[in-house]
Amino acid sequence: MSRPEALVRDDVTPALASLPMSARTLVILPALNEEQALAGVLRELARECPELDVLVVDDGSTDGTSEVARAHGVPVAVLPFNLGVGGALQTGFRYALAHGYGRAIQFDADGQHDPTQVPTLLAALDEGADLVIGSRFAAPDADSEYDVGRMRGGAMGILRVAVRLLSGRRFSDTSSGFRAFSAPLLSFYAAEYPNEFLGDTVEALLLACQAGFKVVEVPVTMRVRAAGTPSTKNVRLAYHYLRVLLSLLSRAPVRRRNRAAMRP
Amino acid sequence: MTTRGHLLVFLLTVVSVLFIVRMVRRNQLPSRYALLWLSVAVVIAFLGTFPGILDRASSWLGIAYAPGTFFLGAITLLLLIVVHFSWELSRLDAKTRLLAEELAVLRADPPPDRQGLAQAPEDRTVDR
Repeated sequence: MSRPEALVRDDVTPALASLPMSARTLVILPALNEEQALAGVLRELARECPELDVLVVDDGSTDGTSEVARAHGVPVAVLPFNLGVGGALQTGFRYALAHGYGRAIQFDADGQHDPTQVPTLLAALDEGADLVIGSRFAAPDADSEYDVGRMRGGAMGILRVAVRLLSGRRFSDTSSGFRAFSAPLLSFYAAEYPNEFLGDTVEALLLACQAGFKVVEVPVTMRVRAAGTPSTKNVRLAYHYLRVLLSLLSRAPVRRRNRAAMRP
Repeated sequence: MTTRGHLLVFLLTVVSVLFIVRMVRRNQLPSRYALLWLSVAVVIAFLGTFPGILDRASSWLGIAYAPGTFFLGAITLLLLIVVHFSWELSRLDAKTRLLAEELAVLRADPPPDRQGLAQAPEDRTVDR
């Protein structure tokens, strides 16, 4: 066997060499005023996924979010003002691209995602996917312990149908913020990413579909928020919901044109 | 229009022109916008001086009430300008976001050096 022994045997400390950046994974945590939940999330990530790098993107927090991250030895990208989840994520993508990361994970700073499920998402990337969405509702038994409420559930259902009509594909959880990205998708998203609320999930999903990236869903379970307040109030949510539906409409003709172009 | 009406239009036009010229001189208004507003002022002054033009244009367009023609033109122009501003505002917004993101990336700490292959568990804890 020509393989070096260090790769085979665990009990031998191998010759340490710097891991190439392309083999490393960045966990991006967009955080807005999450000083209470962040410490727990960072500790849990360090415990469950010690091989992953973490970047906290401080999206204009007014509390000690950045300090908490630095205290845990985690790099922080501090935005000069609040850009929303989309802008914070894109900051993470640009950081990943600038430093040559091979892939990235989007992870919530409020503790609703479970770090033990990160390997599930990464495994799907290894199988050739470009965008992996951790879905609350993709499990075959669909127990959906995560109760989103009737109004919100209905609204999400309409979004699901819209996405199905536009992408021609069925997704069970279009608004999940637990995602993994391949290197090609990272550079694509670093250049263009929807920045308004809700757009960062649904519109981004459609962008990837339309650009021909391979999108898959894997079932995950999510927890209730550890701390902090939900990112938005109902009226604002309704406004952004209508806005997203409109922006989805604006994307429809593009697809029709593509389809016409494909016709012989 | 009465003499008083003419005087009002004349004064308004002069004040607007002076205001715009002052903004340009103070470098508060780029010349392309100054040009736009100055030409608007010229058109208004022209219509104020020769009201007959507006009347003839109205009958040609089939509008019975001559000032209606003026308001139609004015509202259409203002609407176009506001739409243009929305467009320009979103462009500026996109650029500002980009700058903010780049600034955050440039100021962020670089990724920690990570040793490859199977790393000993003790080293991991020290690493953090």
